[in-house]
Amino acid sequence: MTTAEPQSPTDQTGERRPIIEVDHLGIRFEQITALEDVTVDLYPGEVTCVLGHNGAGKSVFIKALCGVHQPNSGQVKLDGDPVSLDSPRRARALGIFAVHQDLALIPLLSLWRNFFLGAEPVHGWGIFRQFDAGYARATLAAEMAKLDMEIGDPDRAARTLSGGERQAVAIARALYHGARVLVLDEPTTALGVQQAGTVLRLIRRTAERGTAIVLVSPRLEHTYPIGDRFLIFRRGRLAADLRKDQVTRDQLSEMLAGGTERDQIEAALLDDMPEDDLPDNI
Amino acid sequence: MVADRSIALWGLLQRWNERAMQRPEIGSVTAAALLFIFFSIASRGAMVEGSTLARVFDTAWPYGIMAVAVGLLMIGGEYDLSAGVMVATAGTALGIMAVEWGINIWLAALLSLFICLALGAWNGIMVVRTGLASFIITLGTFFGLRGANVALSKYFTGDALIERLDEAPGFDSLNAVLATAFGTPPEDFRVSLFWWAGFTVIASWVLWRTKIGNWIFAAGGDAAAARANGVPVSAIKIGLFMLTASAAWFVGVSNAVRYTSVQAGQGVGDEFFFIIAAVVGGCRMAGGYGSIVGPAIGALIWGIAFIGIPQAGWDLSWRWAFLGVLLLVATLINHFIGVRAPSEHGD
Repeated sequence: MTTAEPQSPTDQTGERRPIIEVDHLGIRFEQITALEDVTVDLYPGEVTCVLGHNGAGKSVFIKALCGVHQPNSGQVKLDGDPVSLDSPRRARALGIFAVHQDLALIPLLSLWRNFFLGAEPVHGWGIFRQFDAGYARATLAAEMAKLDMEIGDPDRAARTLSGGERQAVAIARALYHGARVLVLDEPTTALGVQQAGTVLRLIRRTAERGTAIVLVSPRLEHTYPIGDRFLIFRRGRLAADLRKDQVTRDQLSEMLAGGTERDQIEAALLDDMPEDDLPDNI
Repeated sequence: MVADRSIALWGLLQRWNERAMQRPEIGSVTAAALLFIFFSIASRGAMVEGSTLARVFDTAWPYGIMAVAVGLLMIGGEYDLSAGVMVATAGTALGIMAVEWGINIWLAALLSLFICLALGAWNGIMVVRTGLASFIITLGTFFGLRGANVALSKYFTGDALIERLDEAPGFDSLNAVLATAFGTPPEDFRVSLFWWAGFTVIASWVLWRTKIGNWIFAAGGDAAAARANGVPVSAIKIGLFMLTASAAWFVGVSNAVRYTSVQAGQGVGDEFFFIIAAVVGGCRMAGGYGSIVGPAIGALIWGIAFIGIPQAGWDLSWRWAFLGVLLLVATLINHFIGVRAPSEHGD
């Protein structure tokens, strides 16, 4: 239940080993193909940015990783072994955690209660077993300190935090509860420049401690500086998988814009935009 | 000078506000103390006599036990408008079985509990499954029970008033557990006070010190986020409705034994007293925040006013006006706390 020690992204032979291998993944909703033949590896210590416009398949892709959607074809391997991610709970048990933009923390609940929500530490025995508040408060402070974050009184309600601090607490909570793969769904979308900067630095540091980060954000100016790899989704397919040294920000931006325009024309010609019918939120 | 003073006053208000945020019951405790002092003076000391205190507590305990459960339910994000008439359901079921059918009163009480638990589960499952507001679902249950209580009582016993529960087998022992009196009348206090205090302590402990309590706060504060964190929100809500129904059962059976009779038509309108006690006690109407001591004290405030108003020599009708003013002031204070705390969007 404690944070994993920083893992080296290489094994003894010096070869990089992926933590997650997505192998020819395909997802259909009735007649609509949402994701087709996606093959990609995710590495510990890397920030993998998922790009693409609405309906391109990026949301379905991360939800498949988090156990919300089940594949119709292909498979996901964790540490080389095929795993069945049939629920968010199962995905979490395997160390794959999602931090959502809106569902991160309960506003009126204190920070230490939020930090352990759904996984409360208890002490005592039998019917006298109780929530170990002292341990929860101390652990919260210690875990935030590990991330160089100062959040003050653990008895504060979560709503008194800034948007950036809330994301930081949610990330710290996922790491504490054993996240090896952290899926961040638009963590900086609602934030101002300064707070977005704080959260992005935190994400970078988290990756450097050995966590595999999957970052979804429509804002290239946020993702490019901290990203190691960029996946571009287009009409349910993985259109590009580029390392940072292979592509500049301007090139990425052009690819995304071009994709949008071409897709719109294509869709208009085909007279259907099936991806728009897909659920966009959990 | 004026500006300085208003800044100092504002600072004081904010500090009080921060304290109040951490202790939701602070308002009701303060109000109970002030009211008691006020009525002691207005009644020229009659308020502090033993016989008056006995009546204050005797008025307050049924509302107190109900307010504890209704407060928990409100923190969990729901209401129960059927809680008032369910008290009558419990008593009527007990009366029909124990008096009319001659079943041992302990067994009749147990069967009555099952009926209440089933009704609570119905409320909870309907709310969780349909996603409709609990206000609507339990309003339906309220009217259903209001009709069924009287109709079934008449059908089985020929009357809406069931009497002579003391002749039912097992009555004496049940009476000893639920309605023993201490002291000599009119200075007699009922054992119900200890039940009330005990339920308050247990519920408070569960809310603040156990993981179930954490889940209740979370389910009421933001059900979707709670689910995303693995909290069994539906089970929590159904459980809270069943708890409220059990509290109604306890009060209904206690009253039936105490007065040795049951009015099938009673309890209409009491659901609002429970909700008022919970709100006065600092429970947030939309859920996610509150305490248990607060609602218990909220019920005591009602007892103080209910007895204090005639003691002060005022017309009894002022009780209702008092209740209205109390509700409004308490809600305004809670709203003030809510408004002054930083917004949910962190600015």
